[in-house]
Amino acid sequence: MSGAVTTGADIRIEGLCKTFGEGRRAAKVLRNVSLTVPAGSIACVVGQSGCGKSTFLRVLAGLETTYDGSVLLGKQPLHGPGLDRGVVFQEHRLLPWLTVEQNVAFALKGLSRYETRRCVMRCLKRVGLGSCARQYPYLLSGGMAQRVAIARALVNQPKILLLDEPFGALDALTKLQMQQEILALWEQEKTTLVLVTHDIDEAVFLADRIVVMAPGGAQTVKETIDVALPRPRDRNAAAFIALRKEILSFLFDQEKKLRRKA
Amino acid sequence: MSRFASRLRKQALRFGRRAKSLALYIFLPVLLIAVWQGLYETGAVQALLLPPPSAIAATGWDLSISGELARHLGISLLRVLEGFALAALLGVVLGVGLGLSRPLDRATDLLIQLIKPIPPIAWIPLTILWFGIGEEGKVFIIFLGAFFPILVNTMDGIRQTDVKFVELARVLETSRLRFIAKVVLPGALPSIMTGMRVGMMVAWMCVVAAELIAASSGVGFLIMDARQMMQTDRVFVGMIAIGAIGKLLDVVLKKIERRLIRWKGAFQ
Repeated sequence: MSGAVTTGADIRIEGLCKTFGEGRRAAKVLRNVSLTVPAGSIACVVGQSGCGKSTFLRVLAGLETTYDGSVLLGKQPLHGPGLDRGVVFQEHRLLPWLTVEQNVAFALKGLSRYETRRCVMRCLKRVGLGSCARQYPYLLSGGMAQRVAIARALVNQPKILLLDEPFGALDALTKLQMQQEILALWEQEKTTLVLVTHDIDEAVFLADRIVVMAPGGAQTVKETIDVALPRPRDRNAAAFIALRKEILSFLFDQEKKLRRKA
Repeated sequence: MSRFASRLRKQALRFGRRAKSLALYIFLPVLLIAVWQGLYETGAVQALLLPPPSAIAATGWDLSISGELARHLGISLLRVLEGFALAALLGVVLGVGLGLSRPLDRATDLLIQLIKPIPPIAWIPLTILWFGIGEEGKVFIIFLGAFFPILVNTMDGIRQTDVKFVELARVLETSRLRFIAKVVLPGALPSIMTGMRVGMMVAWMCVVAAELIAASSGVGFLIMDARQMMQTDRVFVGMIAIGAIGKLLDVVLKKIERRLIRWKGAFQ
């Protein structure tokens, strides 16, 4: 049951397409996405709003059930939502009428009261909130609430953790702190991590592999970049800055191309 | 010593603030009473049509001492509680059911929409035919009055379940039963409580209306009986008691609401 024993599952995506609507109104949001995320690694999906990165994560979470192409999680084909994946949304989505402890316990099922409490407290301690167990969410700061959401996503010991702009609504300082914390958690749990973000700095800081998405074209994924920088990464290191610049200019180019077409 | 003094000052300040707020709260009613009494003193109105507050207070005192007021109020309250309990039970159970099931909602919507606009008072002739002037008729009227606000608000509350929480439950593979118990019902509770409060107010109005028309006891009967005897002061005592009890009932329900919805930070 210890976190160190569980290992992540790899993700293999082949020709994933997702269309909303039908006929002339059909909007192709994901085009021909092919991607591999090795087990236990971190992949960050970056791109501007509307490029389909959230939809991509929703497909992985099992929330979008109609799509073309194949998605393999470990050896299993993707089939709807499941507890093998933990999901953290941009908003914390804590139930306001449940205490912190009850919110995390909401994710668990089939355990005795004692076991539930033990699992919940272990996860809360892991995100540094062991002392807030009995508080209601309205008393929590944005960062604390998001930590509870992470604890809830981890409590079932998922093989894959999916995060949809999890720090997007936090202030700059809290955001930096949370990036460190998620990295520390990942080092303990060794789950596979897919994080969607519009923050390039965040992607370069966290990712083993950065997936750059942009709307239009034959393929939604414009480029995948493997980041070999050793951790902990120095945001001021020359290599860090160079990589950030590269991705940023790449995204700007994509945007220009798109405008020229329109 | 200075610490003691500052604490004293703080307390005095707080007391001052409270006194101000209370003064603001009771200013209008007190003003009304004063003007009313003034009108009587100057002889501008007839005591038979509009008895002065002093006379009403005296009569109110007599009726309280004799226990007559309490007896009538007690009877009315009992009727309200019976009708309201029935309405709350059925309203919440049906509201949850209709809120959760689209086909069930579709099947009952037209009937509900047709019956809802009929004022409870319009049912009184029918209830007299059915039940005579016994207790059942009044409880039925009260039930009708309180039922619809509770039903409608419960349905609304259930339907307002946040899509984000639906997604969360899907991701967590929460069972439907658990989803209803832990997400849908607590989320609907504020709306249900609003329905209860509105329902209680309507119920209280209905009992008086029912008693005005067909009763031999209760506060509505007290008023009607007094009017026939031209005891206008007693009419007023009855009316004021109705207002006071109505307010009291709302205060009690508000207290319960706050208790149940502690998790809403805005209440603190």
